[in-house]
Amino acid sequence: MNVSAISQPQVFDLSRAETLRTLNHWLHREWTPGGPAVQVLNPDGAHSIAVGVDAPVDIDVLGHAGYYVAGMNKQARITVHGNAGTGAAENMMSGLVRIKGFASNSAGASAHGGVLVIEGDASLRCGISLKGADIVVGGSAGSFTAFMAQAGRIVICGDAGEALGDSLYEAVIYVRGKVTSLGADARFEPMIENDLSAVRELLAIAGFDHDPSSFRRVASARGLYHWNADANQEY
Amino acid sequence: MCGIVGLLMKKPSWDERLGELLVPMLCGMTERGPDSAGMAVFGKPREGETRLSLFQLHGEPDWNRLMEAIRAQVPGQHRIEPSDRHALIFTTADPDLLRALLPQQFPDIVPLAAGSRIQLYKDIGAPADIAARYRFQDLTGTHAVGHTRMATESAVTPDRAHPFTAGRDFCLVHNGSLSNPHLVRRQLEPLGIRFETDNDTEAACRFLEWRMREGDAIDQAIEKGFEALDGFFTFLIGTADGLALVRDPFACKPAIVAETDDYVAISSEFRSLAHLPGVSKAKLFEPQPRTIYHWSRA
Repeated sequence: MNVSAISQPQVFDLSRAETLRTLNHWLHREWTPGGPAVQVLNPDGAHSIAVGVDAPVDIDVLGHAGYYVAGMNKQARITVHGNAGTGAAENMMSGLVRIKGFASNSAGASAHGGVLVIEGDASLRCGISLKGADIVVGGSAGSFTAFMAQAGRIVICGDAGEALGDSLYEAVIYVRGKVTSLGADARFEPMIENDLSAVRELLAIAGFDHDPSSFRRVASARGLYHWNADANQEY
Repeated sequence: MCGIVGLLMKKPSWDERLGELLVPMLCGMTERGPDSAGMAVFGKPREGETRLSLFQLHGEPDWNRLMEAIRAQVPGQHRIEPSDRHALIFTTADPDLLRALLPQQFPDIVPLAAGSRIQLYKDIGAPADIAARYRFQDLTGTHAVGHTRMATESAVTPDRAHPFTAGRDFCLVHNGSLSNPHLVRRQLEPLGIRFETDNDTEAACRFLEWRMREGDAIDQAIEKGFEALDGFFTFLIGTADGLALVRDPFACKPAIVAETDDYVAISSEFRSLAHLPGVSKAKLFEPQPRTIYHWSRA
């Protein structure tokens, strides 16, 4: 491939039939290191755009994406210039996924690595069962954010809904706005220097300009780690 | 899984386009609900006239015989607009008098809806086929509600497809499932409220319509619904005035709203809204859990 070809993005127009399958097949099988960036036109809420990519490719989705956009992503830098449906970047392994609008339910579910940036609001269950990825929400996050999250960090620049961090394991949440309620076994903890630098680092990646000291840390009280017969099933 | 769609025109100049714009919304939700589909349209009322939507459940329809029986037994002016297995009767009489003839004399005909504005079509099969069979694209009106069904709670039959109706000018479509429809039914039947099917959504529909008939505003009725109805739901409700939308507190079932100066469009997913004119400039949002939204034609 010559240099001029590399500078031109490869364009996939999803308004044409069968292009979604062609796009994903091309990303999985045809793209080679040094290959072009990719533009996806007219996504119009289609499901499974750029899922399962395992290559350091830049992908711009120019519009609203449907379910599972950038799911299982490895290495790729994927930007959705619009909103995302359920399960954006679910089970991501590495790379950077940026949603310029809002993200529906379960964004970043069970993601192991990489960074998910949601510039708008995140709906319910963002970062559910998170396993090591980082998530930065520019707006507010809905109820049950970080439910049973095991590892990784979630930064919420706005407010959080009900049951934040319910049944949290070792993932840590940093929240700047109001919290409607904490979930079972989640608690506020003091911010120490490591927390401030973590928030600073993630805000810099996301491109958000907030004072790290304006965030509060939420982490597991670890009370649910061991069976407590005296709790009488009440937590 | 099911698909819900709804459209309310804010300006009379858009009313002619209601069916034309709703059909791609409905067909766009085929993957969410490939086994049945339906649509309720609210049109302009005509002075002194009520509409009764009927469906021939089994056998071949004989609408002439039905009209002869109605004209012989119910005083008033009646006319019929048949459309395949559906028929829309316009009558100056109380529609309950017409409905009363059906169980004895026409047991294969089921009443689907009654009111001064509502007309309703539903059937089994692919949404695109049903839309073509009943010429949904030609329907006009101020607002409409549609549904594509993937049955989980009762059999795949036309009368168990959505929308469900109760009372007059009231309908409801549902994405989700209720865990206590029989409890609700046992609460309502002693009050004289009769059920047509064993479908869970019908219980929600009849509960909310009962509350509104008892004097609750739609918000109050839905608030009581939060207590009475257990399960997952996104409900889209059509009334003579407009549309109401609500999701359960866990909001497992999706919904998205696109609002412009010309219309409010509601769907389970954005892919059903992408074709709408001006949608790129629309205000797009997901309805919050346990929050009641309603829109009426000003």
